[in-house]
Amino acid sequence: MNIEVLERQALSMPLFGAWLIALLATAGALFLGEVMGMTPCVLCWYQRIAMFPLVLILGVGLLDADGRSIRYALPLAWAGWGIALYHCLVFWGVVSEGLTPCGKGSSCADAETQVAGFVPIPLLSLVAFTAIVALLWLAKRKVKT
Amino acid sequence: MNRKWLVFATAAAVVVAFVAGVMIFRDRAQQEAKQALQMNSAALVRPHSPVYGNPAAKVTIVEFVDPACETCGAFYPIVKGIVNSSFSQVKLVVRYAALHKGSDTAVKILEAARQQGKYWEVFERTLATQAQWAAHHNPQPELIWQLIADTGLDVAKARAAADSPEIEQVLRQDMADMKTLKVDKTPGFFVNGTPLVEFGAAQLKALVEQEIRKAKSP
Repeated sequence: MNIEVLERQALSMPLFGAWLIALLATAGALFLGEVMGMTPCVLCWYQRIAMFPLVLILGVGLLDADGRSIRYALPLAWAGWGIALYHCLVFWGVVSEGLTPCGKGSSCADAETQVAGFVPIPLLSLVAFTAIVALLWLAKRKVKT
Repeated sequence: MNRKWLVFATAAAVVVAFVAGVMIFRDRAQQEAKQALQMNSAALVRPHSPVYGNPAAKVTIVEFVDPACETCGAFYPIVKGIVNSSFSQVKLVVRYAALHKGSDTAVKILEAARQQGKYWEVFERTLATQAQWAAHHNPQPELIWQLIADTGLDVAKARAAADSPEIEQVLRQDMADMKTLKVDKTPGFFVNGTPLVEFGAAQLKALVEQEIRKAKSP
């Protein structure tokens, strides 16, 4: 019983951190898209698809201190991380835009995809997914030990 | 128990911050739109702009319209209703915001019809038949010519007029004014120079009524 309580407490911190990052990223993406009217490009949409469910999965996992939520959240986080990395490479011109699936609408390599004038949105996304993956990995280790 | 409260409180805090952000952003956008308008009041209505309703009406609705925009099509009956039921107190001025692919061709057709005095028939028909010509993945504005054939328009004459430099100039001026006035979505409304910030039929009606009341009181 005692061990279980300890385990739950240990689990809470990194899980809460991962959830909070997902929550802020979701709110931020919705603000940029719906309020500021920046049309998300295709790659942004794929990252949204990975990020938005994390709020609910990790949120429910957090409410019940359910370590299994990590198992469901990690594939989403890794998928989002991969797309964010690819998007960053497109943004910095390492991968040419011609190879990206961006058709009409906004371009994924557009210089306008920056917050506060200098932070590229794909980089922000990559940082968020990296932090989520790291925190989930930490939480997973704590569940095991 | 504490943990649950922390989760709910955090979620609530983020929601509150989001709503506050929306209000701050809207307020700033409104200020910017007002400033843009004050500095460029001539850009709102040009002498070439089509007018629906009593030209001497005290309240003017300026609508930036994209002929291919579905919301513009859905809004037109509402705007027309406001003008028709206003006892000649409200008029509509149409400005063009050809934001969709193919919209520029549609605008040229409308302007060509205007030269023959068939503007509003063709305008209404063009909006009503959007489903047939204005699919966004494959717009076919040339189809409009067939769709408006029974309005009595001299199509051959209109086709020649549609490519005239005068009409091109109208379109270019409207697009420039659209950018100046920071209209980036259609339909974009101004009522007596006040931009409609929160979009909606009820909001538009309220703004028009407010301006009618202002016009009545000395």
